[in-house]
Amino acid sequence: MTTKEASFIYALRMGDNALILGHRLSELCSKAPFIEEDLALTNISLDLIGRAQALLSYAAELEGKEKTADELAYRRPEIDYYNHLITEQPNGDFAHTIIRQLYISAFELLFFKELEKSKDKTFSALAAKAIKEVSYHFEHAKNWTIRLGDGTDESKRRMQVALNDLWMYTGELFEMDDVENWLLSEGIAADLVPLKPKWAQMIGDILDEATLEVPEDTYMQTGSRKGVHTESLGHILSEMQYLQRAYPDATW
Amino acid sequence: MNSDTQFDLWEVFIQSKSGQPYVHAGSIHATDMKMAMQNARDSYTRRGEGTSIWVVPSKYIVASNPDDNEMLFDPSADKIYRHPTFYIMPEGAKNI
Amino acid sequence: MHNEHSDLNFQLRIDKGEHIEARDYMPENYRRHLIRQISQHAHSEVIGMQPEGNWITRAPSLRSKQILLAKIQDEGGHGLYLYSAAETLGVSRQELIHQLHTGKAKYSNIFNYPALNWADIGAIGWLVDGAAIVNQVSLQRTSYGPYSRAMVRICKEESFHQRQGYEIMAKMMKGTRKQQAMAQDAMNRWWWPALMMFGPHDTDSPHSSDAVKWRIKRETNDELRQKFIDKTIPQAELIGLTVPDAQVKLDETTKHYTIGKINWEEFYRVIAGHGPCNKQRLDHHRFYFNQGAWVREAAEAYKQKHIKNGMQTI
Repeated sequence: MTTKEASFIYALRMGDNALILGHRLSELCSKAPFIEEDLALTNISLDLIGRAQALLSYAAELEGKEKTADELAYRRPEIDYYNHLITEQPNGDFAHTIIRQLYISAFELLFFKELEKSKDKTFSALAAKAIKEVSYHFEHAKNWTIRLGDGTDESKRRMQVALNDLWMYTGELFEMDDVENWLLSEGIAADLVPLKPKWAQMIGDILDEATLEVPEDTYMQTGSRKGVHTESLGHILSEMQYLQRAYPDATW
Repeated sequence: MNSDTQFDLWEVFIQSKSGQPYVHAGSIHATDMKMAMQNARDSYTRRGEGTSIWVVPSKYIVASNPDDNEMLFDPSADKIYRHPTFYIMPEGAKNI
Repeated sequence: MHNEHSDLNFQLRIDKGEHIEARDYMPENYRRHLIRQISQHAHSEVIGMQPEGNWITRAPSLRSKQILLAKIQDEGGHGLYLYSAAETLGVSRQELIHQLHTGKAKYSNIFNYPALNWADIGAIGWLVDGAAIVNQVSLQRTSYGPYSRAMVRICKEESFHQRQGYEIMAKMMKGTRKQQAMAQDAMNRWWWPALMMFGPHDTDSPHSSDAVKWRIKRETNDELRQKFIDKTIPQAELIGLTVPDAQVKLDETTKHYTIGKINWEEFYRVIAGHGPCNKQRLDHHRFYFNQGAWVREAAEAYKQKHIKNGMQTI
């Protein structure tokens, strides 16, 4: 595999994370607990979809088959998507939405700070921009985790359920495979292995302040590095891709 | 007491850039300071309207009573010596 | 005296073109009229998030998805500004939402229609926001200060909404035959309801005279409707859309368009609750409001844990 081919996969992975998580958050429009939070979640969604567009455009460039970001977003089958399993998990209740955000944005904060050092100028620039957005996403998730963890008995119970439910998808965030190890040796990819204990520390501190428990260790779900997903992704893509699939010769 | 509310009302002031005054932009609802700041940012700065935000719970704003307008504001209307145009300068005077 | 507590003095101030602010003297009916009008405007913005929200997950390009999300977010924001303006009159947002849920307060009829294909998103932006803009530009000069300032803010944000909608329609009319058919279908379903947004003819409008006297309302229903028709029909013709009205005619002398008869039976039927989406819109709002109760209670409980000497520390 050439560096370019590996970078293409790497760009897709990041692009798909932003695309699928952005999509999940966009589903919440008009459904938030109060209007200000509707705007907050939509803002996060917009940041992510914008990031997806930038990364998928770069991926298309790296692939060299003259595709557009939209073609990549709207025309691939499930097995060709590389978003982490956690991004496609259902929104559930607000607790699940917030905990999914907490786990992911804590990871992204650490990840993009590493990626900023990448020898690939495009990845480095995208990372610099992402850090600003993710800092805000992380603050939002952290503040809600503390409010809800230390709010009422019901909110604490719901938050603990969400923490436990999503825990099994967090291990996958730190997986390094051949593609990323190759890119790491080229100075392009971020090394995820040392990020894991830092992430665990961040989460531990926040849950402590929120009077919540870190979930027990468990078998970590995996597969997305190879395009093997949960049943959720198919439904997401059915909706997302519907118009492009139903009217293949139309431009929108 | 009803435990489910739409929270407290806060007033939002935005400074468009440093050196400029803070201008009232509107209100938001929030329970705590961090939420108020984030809600103000999400509601009133999506188009790059500012670089600094003040939020304050509405109950702490003290507003003048319009019934007192005459007492508060009319007396200053006849003190025209506070305005530079009141003074007659010798012809040809510069930098004054 | 500036704030003499009399309806006569109040009317003098209105006639002089002065703005009324939150703490000024105002007749009780002026206050009540404004609470009703502003809160219904706010409810409309929030309910309006639903028909467009119906197509977010199916937006057919990354660009259109971002634009649609940003637009709906603006609408939520407009609701927020308007609830704030209503609250200056001594009513809480909590009470206003309760009024919406019990049916005591209404929202704009137009949102009781369904968004059935992607072109509806174009039609809503172009026609519905287009009609709203005509009304809102006029309201910028309304007599109540907080309402007027909210309208100025809203108008600044609104013009991208109409362009977004028209761009979608224009693109589809230049597209495949199926896309053109979709666009015309959306036009056929949204045109007449958009005209109804301006309310009954002037001769049939009960609340109007007070609203005009108090300069809450600056132009009549028919005046505003005519403005909308005159600017929109040429836009339709430019991109090849047919106005679903066989009687549309341009009067060469007045330069105004005349149109066929509006179906007021449909208008009143939908207001009375029998539109395609009345039940669905309110059910949705109530459902998610109830779903969110535990979150609101938790946020309040967390704050209560951080109060020292009567002041919150967080």
